[in-house]
Amino acid sequence: MKLIVAIIKPFKLEDVRDALAAAGVQGMTVSEVRGFGRQKGQTEIYRGAEYTTAFVPKVRIEVVVSDGVVAGAIEAIQTTANSGSIGDGKIFVIDVDQAVRIRTGELNEDAI
Amino acid sequence: MQLSLRNRFTRLAAMSAMLMTMPAAALANAAAAVPTVDKGDTAWMMTSSLLVLMMILPGLALFYGGLARSKNMLSVMTQVGAVAALTMLVWVGWGYTEAFGPDREGFLGNIISGFGKAFLHDVSSSTTAATFSAGVAIPEYVFVCFQMTFAAITIALVLGSVVERMKFAAVMVFAVVWLTIVYFPIAHMVWASTGYFFKMGALDYAGGTVVHINSGVSALVACIMLGKRLGYPKEPMAPHSLTMTGIGTGLLWVGWFGFNAGSALEANGSAGLAMMNTFVATASAGLAWMLVERLTSHKPSALGFCSGIIAGLVAVTPAAGNSGPLGAIVLGAVAAIVCFFAVTKLKPKLGYDDALDTFGIHGVGGIVGALGTGIVYSAALGGPSPDGWEMGKQLVTQAMAVGVTILWAAIGTAIAIVVAKLLTGLRVKEEVEREGLDLGEHGERAYNY
Repeated sequence: MKLIVAIIKPFKLEDVRDALAAAGVQGMTVSEVRGFGRQKGQTEIYRGAEYTTAFVPKVRIEVVVSDGVVAGAIEAIQTTANSGSIGDGKIFVIDVDQAVRIRTGELNEDAI
Repeated sequence: MQLSLRNRFTRLAAMSAMLMTMPAAALANAAAAVPTVDKGDTAWMMTSSLLVLMMILPGLALFYGGLARSKNMLSVMTQVGAVAALTMLVWVGWGYTEAFGPDREGFLGNIISGFGKAFLHDVSSSTTAATFSAGVAIPEYVFVCFQMTFAAITIALVLGSVVERMKFAAVMVFAVVWLTIVYFPIAHMVWASTGYFFKMGALDYAGGTVVHINSGVSALVACIMLGKRLGYPKEPMAPHSLTMTGIGTGLLWVGWFGFNAGSALEANGSAGLAMMNTFVATASAGLAWMLVERLTSHKPSALGFCSGIIAGLVAVTPAAGNSGPLGAIVLGAVAAIVCFFAVTKLKPKLGYDDALDTFGIHGVGGIVGALGTGIVYSAALGGPSPDGWEMGKQLVTQAMAVGVTILWAAIGTAIAIVVAKLLTGLRVKEEVEREGLDLGEHGERAYNY
């Protein structure tokens, strides 16, 4: 059981969601975040005053999947969120100790 | 009898000669013999007065508010609205009579009128104000209202340089003193038939000197005396909503037709020319600003478009009925280019914090407009100049009016700021400035998501 955290470009969200659903992922949590990697910030100019925004808007996807789905889910994200340009984001995979479905009390694989 | 007739004739002749060269606003106290009041003129002037009010609220409030940071949005809108409201009361109290009251003897009569019309004494629904056509008048109350809106927008414009750090109480005190010692005298000098610039023959159709050079220079002096915003210019201070600024720009442009075409004081051909020029000078300025951005390797920006529009409107104000459309197009473009460099190069170089660029656009654009009017007025360039008019002489007159206005505004503003500082402390505390004036000065937030 793994937690997959992916930081992607906001406009890729719908494609990634469809691809993850096709790969057997049943749910996900999405949040709007800001940050920077190698893309650095963007430059804005207002009446000649230049500001570099250090943090660029991104979307963070979190999904918890059973071990058999992990490889397919990672591939789904990596291929669909890929625009080939800098700033496409990153995928992190983390071990999950336990999962509980709040309504029924089901545990682990049954809960996700 | 013969003498008095002769006097009247010479006065009329002198007036009409002056009017040919100078259709600026307002001869309130020139009493014509049994003037006719036309319903069409009256309706247009009532409409124009409301258009100028719309320029202030919501036009300028949104234009300026959008340029400020979100924590100061309400502060900007409240300051703009409150000084406009205060001006209306002060105008009725002593502003109208100081600018357009009974003629005053002696040298002082060049600068202000007598106080016989304080609290609109002797003004009634049957008294009239003269227009630029002999024998045609408008109701005096309508003239009082029209001129009142000009005073109100001018003080509101000044605030653009001092936002985000000046106390609300200080703004109100400053407004009363500034109107009394700066605005009313300059309005008298430019528009009253006994005023200094008017007699000099300075061309100012709708108030380029009174409203724009005046507010721009005052804004510069006020922001230098007040000091920079905390963190300027190191911290980013990007406009919080260019959408609002865009809406404000549109309202200002539409309202400006009341301002410029209304300054004809009649619904006639001169108003039509002013309307024409208020379209094309503005259009050319908006595009020119974006073009110069592009040529200086920036992107053509929304804020640049809005800034160009305002610069064009400012520059065409004195030229509105004093230029042909082609002259106005060139004047608008030149003003946009000069203002672009004032705002993007001059300001950072000199380091003053004119927060919303009141000086860079109204002051600089106003000066370009005032001097440019002395050029585009020429019949050779499509303007309405009469035979025998000399451009060189006119330019000297224009420059003198500009110079006196700059001096007057600078000294008067310094006095008004000192008075405001003595009575209120002038500037908000550091914590209030950091947290925003919306919470610190007004106890509310503009946005609660």
